[in-house]
Amino acid sequence: MKKNESYEEFVKGIWRDNPVFVQVLGMCPMLAVTNSAINAIAMGMASMFVLVGSSFLVSVFRHVIPKQVRISCFIIIIATFVTIADYTLLALVPKVHKELGAFIPLIVANCLILGRQEAFASRYPTRLAVMDALGMAGGFMLALFSLGAVREILGDGALFGFRLFGESFEPWIVMILPPGGFLTLGVILLFFNWFKYKKDEFLADVAEAERSGS
Amino acid sequence: MDNLPWIFVSALLVNNFVLTYFLGLCPFLGVSNSLETSARLGLATTFVMLVTAVCAWVLNTYVLIHAPYLRLICFIVVIASTVQFIEMLIKKLSPALFRAMGIFLPLITTNCAILGLAIFATNRGYGFVEGIVYALGAGIGFTLALVLLAGLREESELSNIPKLIQGTAMNLIIAGVLSMAFMGFAGLFSSS
Repeated sequence: MKKNESYEEFVKGIWRDNPVFVQVLGMCPMLAVTNSAINAIAMGMASMFVLVGSSFLVSVFRHVIPKQVRISCFIIIIATFVTIADYTLLALVPKVHKELGAFIPLIVANCLILGRQEAFASRYPTRLAVMDALGMAGGFMLALFSLGAVREILGDGALFGFRLFGESFEPWIVMILPPGGFLTLGVILLFFNWFKYKKDEFLADVAEAERSGS
Repeated sequence: MDNLPWIFVSALLVNNFVLTYFLGLCPFLGVSNSLETSARLGLATTFVMLVTAVCAWVLNTYVLIHAPYLRLICFIVVIASTVQFIEMLIKKLSPALFRAMGIFLPLITTNCAILGLAIFATNRGYGFVEGIVYALGAGIGFTLALVLLAGLREESELSNIPKLIQGTAMNLIIAGVLSMAFMGFAGLFSSS
């Protein structure tokens, strides 16, 4: 039972409540850095570290933090973790850090992270909060990666820097430029809408069949 | 001082905060359903950006030279509290102005465009006047993008759109097309 509960919290973030595709949160950093798959993964890892770390701390201190100033406390905790992530990336992978540039500090303003603290970590025990954070971060990373991969493949004809097509491939430059981010995410959301629409239709059909059968 | 117009136009059009840097997307997609609201939000954002630029400059010049690793935390705390303070001041001094900007002020403080402005201005080493001009350009650019999208959305409500594409998906695709249009401004400075 207990194991199921944690598992449930983990899985819901990846698909059913996917932060980007379903809840449309945390868009600001995500569109800006997803012009290649490797940047998308670095951003995803940094966000995951921040989200899991701050969810853990917030959940541990959830009885100590006064209700009135909770948002400010959350923000300071998040900002601390973001600073750690920023300096770690600078030390380990300076090249990626340079490309992501100002968008690492901007993780602070990612509404997804603050939203999880407010909606989940500050109300549930630590174990569940960490599982929830892992799931949400996993879903965020999945979204970042799919967007980054699509944009790199179409805009550069490559994935992780490996050429995928022959010499004759003409890259769609627009996909790695800002408009490509909006368009790709728009099309992916369209696909999710279609999926939901079909599922509702199917469920309605099943209900109809059951009613006529009984 | 010759580069002031350049900084202004660059923040306004070429490097528009919303359409090129993807900053402040949450209000951009969330609040842009009516022209009037988005114009007011734009006004309030421009104001907060000006305050931010001043705060960032003061912090950078006097405090953060000694402790650069505290930059992020300092920016957030100081900017948020300054905006709250000014909000109270405006409420006292000019209720009309307060009604126009209203509830948006505290919400904007956590908008990534605000923090982005402070960080970009720091990274580029802008001075006091440059920072203010940059904030003005960025704020007006934000308002411009917001009003453009709101106008398009108001129009689109009158037309017959398939149910599947309505909502965020359509807004994103509209934003993509707007962004493409703004890419055109990049040519403005290629010769200089």
